[in-house]
Amino acid sequence: MESPELIKNLQARVKELENELKCLKSSNSAAKPAAERRGKIAEMSSEVVDSNPYSRLMALKRMGIVDNYERIRDFTVAIVGIGGVGSVTAEMLTRCGIGKLILFDYDKVELANMNRLFFQPHQAGMSKVDAAVNTLQDINPDVCIEAHNYNITTMANFDHFKNCLKNGNLKTDGQVDLVLCCVDNFEARMTVNIVCNEICQTWFESGVSENAVSGHIQLVKPGETACFACAPPLVVATQIDEKTLKREGVCAASLPTTMGIVAGFLVQSALKYLLGFGKVSAYLGYNALEDFFPTMALQPNPQCDDRYCLEQQASYQKRLSEMPPEPVKEAKEEEQITHEENDWDIQLVADDAASEETAEVTPTLAPGLRQAYTLPAERTVCAGAEESVETTEQSLDELMAQMKGL
Amino acid sequence: MVDASTKKALAQITLLKTKAGPRDGELWVQRLKEEYQSLIKYVQNNKEADNDWFRLESNKDGTRWFGKCWYIHDLLKYEFDVEFDIPVLYPTTAPEIAIPELDGKTAKMYRGGKICLTDHFKPLWARNVPRFGIAHAMALGLGPWLAVEIPDLISRGIVTHKEKDSGGDASK
Repeated sequence: MESPELIKNLQARVKELENELKCLKSSNSAAKPAAERRGKIAEMSSEVVDSNPYSRLMALKRMGIVDNYERIRDFTVAIVGIGGVGSVTAEMLTRCGIGKLILFDYDKVELANMNRLFFQPHQAGMSKVDAAVNTLQDINPDVCIEAHNYNITTMANFDHFKNCLKNGNLKTDGQVDLVLCCVDNFEARMTVNIVCNEICQTWFESGVSENAVSGHIQLVKPGETACFACAPPLVVATQIDEKTLKREGVCAASLPTTMGIVAGFLVQSALKYLLGFGKVSAYLGYNALEDFFPTMALQPNPQCDDRYCLEQQASYQKRLSEMPPEPVKEAKEEEQITHEENDWDIQLVADDAASEETAEVTPTLAPGLRQAYTLPAERTVCAGAEESVETTEQSLDELMAQMKGL
Repeated sequence: MVDASTKKALAQITLLKTKAGPRDGELWVQRLKEEYQSLIKYVQNNKEADNDWFRLESNKDGTRWFGKCWYIHDLLKYEFDVEFDIPVLYPTTAPEIAIPELDGKTAKMYRGGKICLTDHFKPLWARNVPRFGIAHAMALGLGPWLAVEIPDLISRGIVTHKEKDSGGDASK
C-alpha cells in the first residue's frame, strides 16, 4: 500500500544524494586540481631550473644516452589493462612526457587493489580509467590522454578497440606507435595479439605470475618475432614445484614490488624502442626468488594458429628479401636463435626431455624458462571422446527452440 | 591432467568440427548449430543419467549465453544464474563462465563473478581447440568448480538453501 509513496521518497532521496555527489565531485576533481594544475608547456626545455619538469629527462641528451629526447612528444602509446602493471606503466610514461596515451580497462578501483601502486583508497568505486586520467593529468597536463572503459574481448567493443589502435596516432591519425599489454588474462592477451597481427602493430606483452614471484615482458613485431599465439606462453621457472603450490582458497596473489619491477622493465623497453637507444630484448623474464633474469629471442612459428600471423611472416620475409646487401647477414641470423645479449653465458640446450607428442612444437627455450602447457603436435583429442557432431538438417532456430524445450 | 571421471564426462559429449567465432559470419552460424547439437545431446544424456544440472540459452547471435545451473548437496538443491559472453576469439579462447550472485563470496573467482578456470580447465581447452564447445566448458569448467566450491560455501554459511527455489521448473 505504501510502496508508491516509498518509491517517491526514495527517488527524491536518490536525487538529493546525486546532487550532493555532483557538488563534491566538482569541488574535488575539477575545480581544485584545475587551479593547482600547472599550465601546458609548449616545448620541452633543457634548462636546469627547479620549475622545469623535463630538465632531468632532457639531460639524457647531454649525457649522450638519447639523441633527441623531445621526440617523446610525437609518440602515441596504447595501454591495455590499467591494473597493477598498466597503471604504473601509464604513470611512468606520463612523467616521461609521452605525447599521447590511450587507456583501456573495464574494471573499477577496489580496496583490494591497494596492495599495488598508483591507485588511492578514495578512488575506490571509480572506473580505473577515470581515476587514472584524473591522476595522470594532474601529474602532467601536457600528455594527451584518451580513455575507454570497456572489455576489449567482447564483440560489442572489439571493432572500436581495433579502430582506436588503427587511427589513434596523435601526429598522423594513423596507427599508434606502440601497444603495451598489461592485462591479467589469456583472453585479453589473445585479443590484443590478433588485432596487432591484423594491422601489423608492434606491441609488448607483459605479465606477472599468479604466485606474484615471477614476471616477463615480450616484444612482438608481427611476422618478425613470435606472436602470442605462436607457442604456449613462456613461464619463468621459480623452482617451486607446482604441485606443492598451495592454491587453497585463492586464485592469485600479487606484490607491488613484482608489478612495479615488470612495469619498469616494460616502460624501459618501450622508451628504448621508441627513442632508439640501447638494445631491446624479445623476451625478458624475472624470477624474484632466484634474482634471475633470462632473455631470449623468439622466432615466429610457421605453423601458427593465427592466419594473420602467417600473413605477416610472409610479408616480413618478402621485405627481408627485397632489402639489398646488409639483410643477407640478417637473413643468416634468421636461421638460428640468437641472443641480443648474453652477459650471463646462457646457453641453449636441446629439450631432450620433451615428450613424443610435444617434440614438434616445443621450441628450444633458454634455461629457466618453460611453457605454460604443451600442445599436441597434431591437435588430437586427449581423452575418451570420439564422437563428432553430425551435420544436421535442422535450422538454428529449431535447435534453439529444442534447447529451450528441454 | 585428465582423470577417469573427466574422461567419462568427456566421452559423453559430442565434439565440434567448425573452427569459427562470432566474427566469421556464415561459418559462425554453422558452429552455433554444432554448439546447440552438442549441448542438447549433453543435457539429454544428463537427464537420462539422472544427473541433470544446467540449462542454457543464447541471444539470437549466439554471442551471449545465460541460464541456470544447480547443485545438489545433502538432498537440497542450490540453484544459480549463470552467464557468459562468447569472446571475439572463440573458440581459440574459452568462454569466461560467470555466476554473478557469488561475486565476492569466494576467492576462486574473478571480478564480475567469473569462475576461476586457470588450472583445471584452460590448458585442457587449449589442447582441444576447436573441438571443444560450450558443453565441454560446462562439463569440464563449471561442473568441477561447483563440486568444489559450493559445498565449501555452504559449510561456511555463505550460501544458504532457498526454500522457494527448491521446486523450480529446473527439476521438471
